[in-house]
Formats: sequence, C-alpha cells, structure tokens
Amino acid sequence: MEAFVRHSGLVYPLNRANIDTDQIIPKQFLKRIERKGFGKFLFYNWRYDDDGNLRDDFSLNYPEYQDASVLVAGENFGCGSSREHAPWAIQDYGFRVVIAPSFADIFYSNCFKNGILPVQLKGEEVSQIMDRAEGGECYLSIDLVDQIVFDGTGWSATFEIDEYHKNMLLNGWDEISVTLTYDDAISAFENQQS
Amino acid sequence: MSQPETIIEKIWNKHVVHQEEGKPDLLYIDLHLVHEVTSPQAFEGLRMNSRKVRRPDLTFATMDHNVPTIHRNVIKDAVSKKQMETLEENCEEFGVSLADIHHPDQGIVHIIGPELGLTQPGKTIVCGDSHTSTHGAFGAIAFGIGTSEVEHVLSTQTLWQAPPKTMQVKVNGNLGTGVTAKDLILAIIAKFGVRFGSGYIMEYTGEAIREMSMEERMTVCNMSIEAGARAGLISPDEKTVQFVEGRRHAPKGEEFEKAKKEWLALATDEGAVYDSTVEINADEIEPQVSWGTNPSQCVPVSASVPDPETVTDDEDGVRRALEYMGLEPNQPIESIELQHVFIGSCTNARLADLRKAARMIEGRKVHEGIRAMVVPGSFAVKQEAETEGLDRIFTEAGFEWRSAGCSMCLGMNDDIVPPGEHCASTSNRNFEGRQGNGARTHLVSPEMAAVAAVEGHFVDVRNYTSAAERVI
Repeated sequence: MEAFVRHSGLVYPLNRANIDTDQIIPKQFLKRIERKGFGKFLFYNWRYDDDGNLRDDFSLNYPEYQDASVLVAGENFGCGSSREHAPWAIQDYGFRVVIAPSFADIFYSNCFKNGILPVQLKGEEVSQIMDRAEGGECYLSIDLVDQIVFDGTGWSATFEIDEYHKNMLLNGWDEISVTLTYDDAISAFENQQS
Repeated sequence: MSQPETIIEKIWNKHVVHQEEGKPDLLYIDLHLVHEVTSPQAFEGLRMNSRKVRRPDLTFATMDHNVPTIHRNVIKDAVSKKQMETLEENCEEFGVSLADIHHPDQGIVHIIGPELGLTQPGKTIVCGDSHTSTHGAFGAIAFGIGTSEVEHVLSTQTLWQAPPKTMQVKVNGNLGTGVTAKDLILAIIAKFGVRFGSGYIMEYTGEAIREMSMEERMTVCNMSIEAGARAGLISPDEKTVQFVEGRRHAPKGEEFEKAKKEWLALATDEGAVYDSTVEINADEIEPQVSWGTNPSQCVPVSASVPDPETVTDDEDGVRRALEYMGLEPNQPIESIELQHVFIGSCTNARLADLRKAARMIEGRKVHEGIRAMVVPGSFAVKQEAETEGLDRIFTEAGFEWRSAGCSMCLGMNDDIVPPGEHCASTSNRNFEGRQGNGARTHLVSPEMAAVAAVEGHFVDVRNYTSAAERVI
C-alpha cells in the first residue's frame, strides 16, 4: 500500500450530510472483479446524465475543481454498505484525503487499507473549509505526523487518529504481512479452542 | 463474584488472540461468510502473495447479490456471469464450500447462515456485507467488513479491531397488534437517527424483544447498520437455542447440551453497565413508511410527509429528499401512488415474512398498474413456501414468484425499479438510486407491502382485515 505522510492539494467541497456508498459508487459498477479503474464511476448518478454525459450542474464537474485531491463533506460520510469500491473510486479519481465531521465505521476503516486519510474535524472547522472552498480556490495541507490540517493564511486544525492506523498509513504497511508475524499466537489460540 | 458483564464483553474477551498497548485487539473470527461481489479482489490478493485460506472449514460462500431470480440457466449480463464464475474458480482453488446458483443451500448469505445452523450464539461472524449484523439476533458479534478485511480474514482468520463501545437499546412495553419488528427498527432509527450507533455494538433488550420470534429478531438486528452500528445483537434465550437445535451445522447430542449451557450463560448479567443506553416505548409505535432517502426519514402510515419549512434539523436534506422522491410537503403518506411492490431481502424474506404477507392478500388481487414481486430469501424458503402453497396465494393475487437472491433490494441483477416510480419495499435502504437509477423506495414491513400491492397505496394495516379473519 502507498504510504501517506503529508499531502497538499486543492479542496473540493461537497456540502451534504449522510453521503452513502450507493452515491459514492452505484451498484452497477460492483460487478467488476478488479480493484482499479473505479474513479470514472465516482458519484456516478450525480456526475452523469442519463446518456452518460458529464452534467454541468454537479459541482465536481466544474472547471475550478478539476485538480482537487482533498474531498470535504458533511456528517456521516460513507454510510451504508461495506463496499470497498467506495474508497477505491475515491482514490482512483485522485483524492488522497477526505475531511468530514464524522464517518461511517466501515468506510472509515476501509480508507486506511487504501492509502486514503480520513480526517475527522469539528463541525465548525469543516464549515469554515466548506465556505472558503465554495467561495474560491482553497488549498490545504494535511500532515499525518503532526495530525494537523493547515493552509497558507495561518488557519489550522488538529485531528485525532489512533496510533495503529497512523503507523499503518505512515509506513504503507501491508496489514496481512504484519498479522502473519502473530501466526504462533493465532495457532495457540486455535489449539486451545479445539 | 466477578464483575457483571454485557454479552458484548463476554464474546469479545473470549476471542482476543493478542492484546497490547497502542494497538487494537487481534480478534479471532469463528465464521466467515463470502459472496461473489466483495470477494474477487480478496482472493486475487491471496494469489498475488502466494497465500492460502487459513481455515476453509470456517469459511462458507454463496452467490446472492447479482444472481438472476428468473431464467437461472441464462445469465445475460456478461460481467455478472464473470463475477459468479470467478467465485466458483476461487472456491475450487482455495477449498472453500460454495452454494452456487443451482445448489439447494443457495440464498441470501444472511438467510442461509441461520438456516444451516452456521450462525450460533457466541460466535464472531464477518462477511463482506454490511447487513452481517443480522446474525446478531442469535447473540453473536457479527459485522460487515471491506474487501481488504475479507482478504485479511481469509489469510489469518483474525481482524485488528478496537474494543467497541457498548450501547443498550431498551425497548419498553410491547408492540401493538399489527405492528411489526420492521416498524420497531424503523421507528428506532427515525427517533435516534442514522448514526447514533456509530462506534458501538448495540444490544437490543426489553420485553418486546424477548417476545419476538427469531425471524423478527433478525429483522431488527439486520438494520443496526442503518443506525450506524456495525453490529447489533440480542442475548440468547430458549427461543434462540430451539431455533439452532437440529440444524445441519449445529452441535449434536451431548455437545449440543454443553453448548446450550454456554450459550445461555452469554446473556448480559444483571447489573452490567453499558457505555450508553437509549430507550423507546414499543406501545407508542405505529406501522411505519419511509418517505425520504435515508432510513431515518420515515413516519407512521397515518402521518404526512414533513415540510422543510417547519423541520428543526437538516432542512436542505429534507428538501433534497422530497425533490428526489417527487413528494409535496405535508402530503399524506396514504396518498402516495405506488407502481411497484417488492417483498424480499435479508431484512424480510424468511418464511415467516412470506406467511404474514400471504395472509393479508389471500383471495385478493394486486391493484391495477402495480408490478408486485416476491423473492424468497433462499432456495429452502422458496421450497417450504411452495409446500405450504404460499406461492399459489401470491401468484393468484398477481404477484411474480421468483427464485432466491438479493434482487430488487439493490438492483444488481435485472430486478430494478424504473426512474421516477415508487416502490413499497421490505428491504433496508431507501438511498437515492438504490433500487435503480431514479427509483423511489418506501421501506415498509411485509404486511404493509402486501396490503399496498392490493390497494395501490399505503393503508394502516391495523385496520385491514386479513383473509383469515374476514367474515364470509
């Protein structure tokens, strides 16, 4: 997995609460057996019209957000299904960071397996970013080591993250390789059960 | 005497393989259910790293999400076909048992687990599907995982999981006549919202829960994820034990007697403390219908759609939902015209659900202009229903009678609702586009769906005399 240490990029604001995984990636794209190539289907029903053309009234399609790599959204982002196709689509589209006041549990843990940093900030901090990004170009830097989000104007916000997930992302570790070093403990547990 | 514990702590502590400061617990997984949609990339990961499935004996696969429910021998969609073939090849290569599309054990993964006796109290159960919470009805810790975690469990039979916070969802009193388990869970989510369970494992307690059958308990636990909780469970009792006894994978003879004692001892101790408790009065709950685009957006059938001008929370969300659903503020729920009725899904496609729905429509006809469909949850449910003659009741009324699968709950196969049309659905999610692009879903109980099919719109099922009670 690609490591994540820090990232600076353009913010795309999507000011809606409860954005569910069916919106992030609709079911018709879950039939594929690959991990790659889901970016073009991200927010499919919002981004494209019935004929498959990009809609000009959905903000992700606006010219000013084309290079965005930091997605900022409302409460409970990623609620609904466990489909990892959701973070796959977000990552493949080009986002490295998702900032929201809260995340759904399964989506949150799925992000860490795919080199995406989910950043939980206070509601008012998210609103501040949202206002600025909706009003004009907004760039943010996100530093995982220091657990801080900041911009060039002196604005900053810190965030919490547990040590385990932090180390996993900082080092780009493959979790299974790490767990396999506990093979003896797993075998001992199994022997004691049987 | 030791400290009183919740069932959640008891099961969790029995499954910790390794614990250390600064890390989540390494949790052992007793049962891993697999389906065609969220597993191909996981098996591919194993292959790329020359890894094997550690415990094929604790892994069980089926096909449910994109299987056709009609003409099973001809799968028209080449991409779906490829995904199903990939599961067959993967199960063959890695030695995993598979109930494929023609197998008598085939069905929705959360329906066949309990049916086959794979689901048992005290187990840790995972599946690459968020409705894995269903199995919590047996007093198991059961939760949905992503594909990377599927690969992790296949390879190590464990997961790194932070110990959960515990929440008691206490249901006081009893549900009124004609009010169902589905109405209860919808009312809970309407009252407390779609994320109040986030970060928690919930235990449902109280008289109304104890009164419920195992099928009804499964309906409640199934929708825990719609409240944000990865898992929801119910302490085992005699009903739980009776349901499991005699099933194919259940312990037999003396082993069963021993297991039974252990299972009953898992129940939450008197005086155990939860991190959080919410309460709801069952006797105040009415039959529910969802009007919006998330499961908390529902009201009693006798009520009206809310007005964004007068709501106190998420005004924009309400406005957007009404626009998507094509509803007017203050429009009575009973006035919504329906075009589709779907009875199915891991929430409400067990035999008991089909019996209840059939009872409402026996001798009646589906309303003109409504397409109504029943999709049994498993091959076994379908067969038992046919033995009882339920299929005839449905088809004579004008319902389509299909083969088992997830079907119109998420429309991965051909069973979809066209844009702009309204569907009364016994499923679990009313998200935008869930049942088809532009589809307008209303979540309801099987009884409500059945009656809506006959009337063409929602009515209070409590005032609706079932065929059995009708005076001829």
